[in-house]
Amino acid sequence: MLHALKQSWFSNIRGDILAGIVVALALIPEAIAFSVIAGVDPKVGLYASFSIAVITAIVGGRPGMISGATGAMALVMVILVRDHGLEYLLAATLLTGLLQILAGVFKLGLLMRFVSRSVVTGFVNALAILIFLAQLPEITGENATLLVFAVLAGGLVIIYGLPYITKAVPSPLICIVVLTGIAMYFGFDMRTVGDMGALPDSLPIFLWPDVPLTLETLQIIFPYAATLAVIGLLESMMTATIIDDLTDTPSNKNRECVGQGVANIGSGLIGGMAGCAMIGQSVINIKSGGRKRLSAFAAGVVLLIMVVFIGPWVAQIPMAALVAVMFMVAFGTFSWSSIADLRTNPKSSSIVMISTVVVVVVTHNLALGVLLGVLLSALFFARKVGDILYIGSTLSEEADHREYQVVGQVFFTSADQFIGGFDFKEAVDKVTIDLTRAHFWDITAISSLDKVILKFRREGADVKIVGLNEASATLVDRFAVHDKPDAVERLMGH
Amino acid sequence: MSEPQTEQGKSAMSEIQIPEMTGKVLACVDDSVYAEAVCDYAAWTAGRMNTQLSLLHVLDKNEGTTAQNLSGSLGLGAQENLMQELAELDQQRSKLEMEKGKLMLQAAMLRVEEKGIVNAESRQRHGELVDTLIELEPETRILVVGKRGADTESAHGHIGSHLESIIRALHKPILIAQQSFAPPKQIMIAYDGSATMRKGIHIAAASPFGRGIPHHVVMVGADTDVARAQLQEATDVMTKAGFEVTGAIIPGDADIALAEYQERENIDLMVMGAYGHSRIRQLILGSTTTAMIKRTKISLLVLR
Repeated sequence: MLHALKQSWFSNIRGDILAGIVVALALIPEAIAFSVIAGVDPKVGLYASFSIAVITAIVGGRPGMISGATGAMALVMVILVRDHGLEYLLAATLLTGLLQILAGVFKLGLLMRFVSRSVVTGFVNALAILIFLAQLPEITGENATLLVFAVLAGGLVIIYGLPYITKAVPSPLICIVVLTGIAMYFGFDMRTVGDMGALPDSLPIFLWPDVPLTLETLQIIFPYAATLAVIGLLESMMTATIIDDLTDTPSNKNRECVGQGVANIGSGLIGGMAGCAMIGQSVINIKSGGRKRLSAFAAGVVLLIMVVFIGPWVAQIPMAALVAVMFMVAFGTFSWSSIADLRTNPKSSSIVMISTVVVVVVTHNLALGVLLGVLLSALFFARKVGDILYIGSTLSEEADHREYQVVGQVFFTSADQFIGGFDFKEAVDKVTIDLTRAHFWDITAISSLDKVILKFRREGADVKIVGLNEASATLVDRFAVHDKPDAVERLMGH
Repeated sequence: MSEPQTEQGKSAMSEIQIPEMTGKVLACVDDSVYAEAVCDYAAWTAGRMNTQLSLLHVLDKNEGTTAQNLSGSLGLGAQENLMQELAELDQQRSKLEMEKGKLMLQAAMLRVEEKGIVNAESRQRHGELVDTLIELEPETRILVVGKRGADTESAHGHIGSHLESIIRALHKPILIAQQSFAPPKQIMIAYDGSATMRKGIHIAAASPFGRGIPHHVVMVGADTDVARAQLQEATDVMTKAGFEVTGAIIPGDADIALAEYQERENIDLMVMGAYGHSRIRQLILGSTTTAMIKRTKISLLVLR
């Protein structure tokens, strides 16, 4: 046990601490930017990123994953904050945590297998687009000055150019430091982080949300908390899968659900907003050499130390510099290869991906997009499998007995096709329907078979069914065959 | 007081079932200085027990980090590029490790062949050492490992990083080899009258492993009637099976007393039970087994 603990915490100390520092530096602008999106003071996002990163490092199920205040979550909160204020957001954050813990306890992490790859890609792309769109108010309208564009362009040049010169320092940090320095030196007249609201001036303190504990409060916060819980878990599970793939190591998804819940409760109790795993930050962490729990822990702690002690400087950061960093996050999160894949992927999966993106961008609700994506994937799948049905037949020499062979999957989408496969107009005395190589998946399949039998009888034929038992074995709800090779053989081979 | 206890002990003794012993001698080979002795012990054991010898090399997932890239920036398609980069690094590393492991296994095969074991098999598995051993447990009869692995080779007075978890996880006898091998001339059984060791005595008596080698059955503790009766039972079992047995009861702390006895009597292999106490007690007091493995200069056969 001690060995495992040491392994998951202290087996990569140097890499983890360095990566933690890089991640912390990248977390600060994001936490501020996402607070701005949600409409709360920057300190709400910064406290959230600190507590969520540290708590998930300890209790989460995916070492090396970075969690904090995220855009996906911030977008859900906008209306709650606008209509009811920060205290209700904190209460909703606590409830979100509770729901996520329940999800973990009931092992709902397993539901992730219903989320197909196209939905994940759609989610990620939609997220990138939303982050990008959320930056636009800072560079359009009355903010659209030449100065702002110059700072933004300079920022992007530094961010993307510097890594070609040196990879030893985080380029987003240099971007922010240089641009803040220039803006302060020349006294640029532009919006800064300080204009967005209060920054942390102390270590966080414990506080209980100041809301009445009534049913009415619950009615207000529950819809938001439920959406937040779902989106938080979705993004966390997706990110965990990405980190699993990158590091070629397994993770405990249900433990991660509980970890996210605990982290959100922790965040809500120190005045932070709800958050979840961050795809971009986690990729940065792995890229910088972070692998173990220590990396996320270090990221949270370094973040807090930095903002508490250099708070006055943070207030001077021009919003345009922040926008440059967020553009990088949006561009880096977007799956560009998915655009190229549109031409080669099956149409159905492209439709799933694009509809997920469109629904999210229109409704600003990632959960709705994923729901639609999952439904569409299921429908497309059902349609495809329904096509795997073949009905052949042979007529006896005396032309009075026809034998039908049904091969394939019979269920709700293929039931009509199944009925259509029989020739009721043909006048024969005897009909045999051989179902040994068919699978009946649901009640619709059975009732369409009844229909076929009935029709033949009305035409005056005697009907004989062969192999119904084998065909309907699939009707049983829990026929697990994956662990019994001979059972699969029997099911598929008959 | 003591009489009924011994009676009870006796009746329990006659009921002890010796588990059927099947499977291979499984030897864990790595690139530590213990590897040669592991081969020798494994060959010797397989020869005596007339079972197949299987040489195993486990490729631990080594999580060496990539070249430091602290740029903290996300380029376009950052995730795909990173995936490519990491996969390529892992591939190169794994290929190299596999090649190295194959050479090691070849050398090990040659070594056991020289010792007259011709039908040995060798295999390579990916994964954590302990997990792999658990997977292979059903086909294992005895596991032979070095006292320390390549990671902790030079940490004298310590035991290998995996050894304790291996002993805890497996339920098969484990032979922990020292750096050099000589066919054991005297075997000592550290006996405590526990169920594990009572079963151990029966297994030892029935097994061809120690046949023809003089045995010492040694108890540590006060020289009481109970202890003497327990010892008598144990030596009787061995004598009946045709072994040359010496019994002894020595005072003191188990690890120190046994080590002294071993040096005095020139014993070159010790048989002992493993990890009897609860985990919590061990955490506070430390375990005799770990202390024993650390202290001893001879090879150990640990029984579960």
